[in-house]
Amino acid sequence: MAVDYAALKKGGFMRQKQKNHFSLRLAVVGGNLTAENLKIIAEVAEKYGDGHVHLTSRQSVEIPFIKLEQVEEVKEALATGGCKPGVCGPRVRTITACQGSEICPSGNIDTYGLAKKLDERYFARELPHKFKFGVTGCQNNCLKAEENDVGIKGASIVEWDEDACIMCGVCEKTCRESAISVKDGKIDLDREKCNYCGRCVKACPTEAWKGTPGFLVSFGGLFGNRVYKGENYLPVITSEEQLFAVTDAAIQFFDDNANPGERFRMTIERVGLDAFKKVIEEAYHG
Amino acid sequence: MADYEIDERVDITDVVCPMTFVKAKVAMEEIEVGQVLAVTMNDGEPVQNVPRSFKEEGQQVLKLIDNGNGTYDLIVKKLEE
Repeated sequence: MAVDYAALKKGGFMRQKQKNHFSLRLAVVGGNLTAENLKIIAEVAEKYGDGHVHLTSRQSVEIPFIKLEQVEEVKEALATGGCKPGVCGPRVRTITACQGSEICPSGNIDTYGLAKKLDERYFARELPHKFKFGVTGCQNNCLKAEENDVGIKGASIVEWDEDACIMCGVCEKTCRESAISVKDGKIDLDREKCNYCGRCVKACPTEAWKGTPGFLVSFGGLFGNRVYKGENYLPVITSEEQLFAVTDAAIQFFDDNANPGERFRMTIERVGLDAFKKVIEEAYHG
Repeated sequence: MADYEIDERVDITDVVCPMTFVKAKVAMEEIEVGQVLAVTMNDGEPVQNVPRSFKEEGQQVLKLIDNGNGTYDLIVKKLEE
């Protein structure tokens, strides 16, 4: 019987140069694995692989040297530790994320929570080509949002509360965009300059700066044979509902318009940026 | 008219990140709860990061003073050990 490599690849089994051996890619969300996951991965690597694993560039784990005839057995073994194969090919790939506001002092949004929601909504959705989401918690951009077809960056939409302010001057110096100035006993925020980093909120000693989580979304990034930085065409997004309306519209635009094997960036360029902007602006404004 | 009195001073302009906060933190450890420390620091990274680090350590930042010579004095009250 001929081996259906496409079906194997869809299930995360990546053909190796060594005949009848596969590097098994696991489904991972936001780069988090439990100790239980890690134990079964170690066991499977020892028993069915050659005793090592590879950490991929997009936060997944691959177990190389899995033998073709043991594929089903390996899947069953992995399931006992809560692991399952990931995906490759023309579909939505691993949702990557930094640690976000649940762990990192700089985070503006719960990146892992959002990655899980994106994973439930889109993971493995069949599309004309690969499609990558990445979620980063703030302007530090540890997760490199703009490398992805859709990149989501945590924003802090800030407000100044005069009553709570002691005019210490810390925020003016903390702001790297020079958006904050102290004038005549008042704080002035230049919203044109504000990049939603939230540093004023993090530094303010009296909570006089308050931040509401938001999202900045970039579209059309890719970092392979061709390299393009994703671009942000929308103002800051203020709710998850609005975010999903925009990501739904973007992925549907790709599904409806892309040629097989064409990345999102090329689809946007071929169909026209104005047409794409119209679609996501409509979703943004509801 | 400052509504605080400085008990101790430390100059961290002679060190770079991450030693800036280490030196400031050591000075903070040597004063008592309720006392006030003045930390002299350079413009740029120290003045962007040190105030926030003190806040995250649970101390009370009172004022950031521009000395007009490229350095700043951060006035911090010790709230906890």
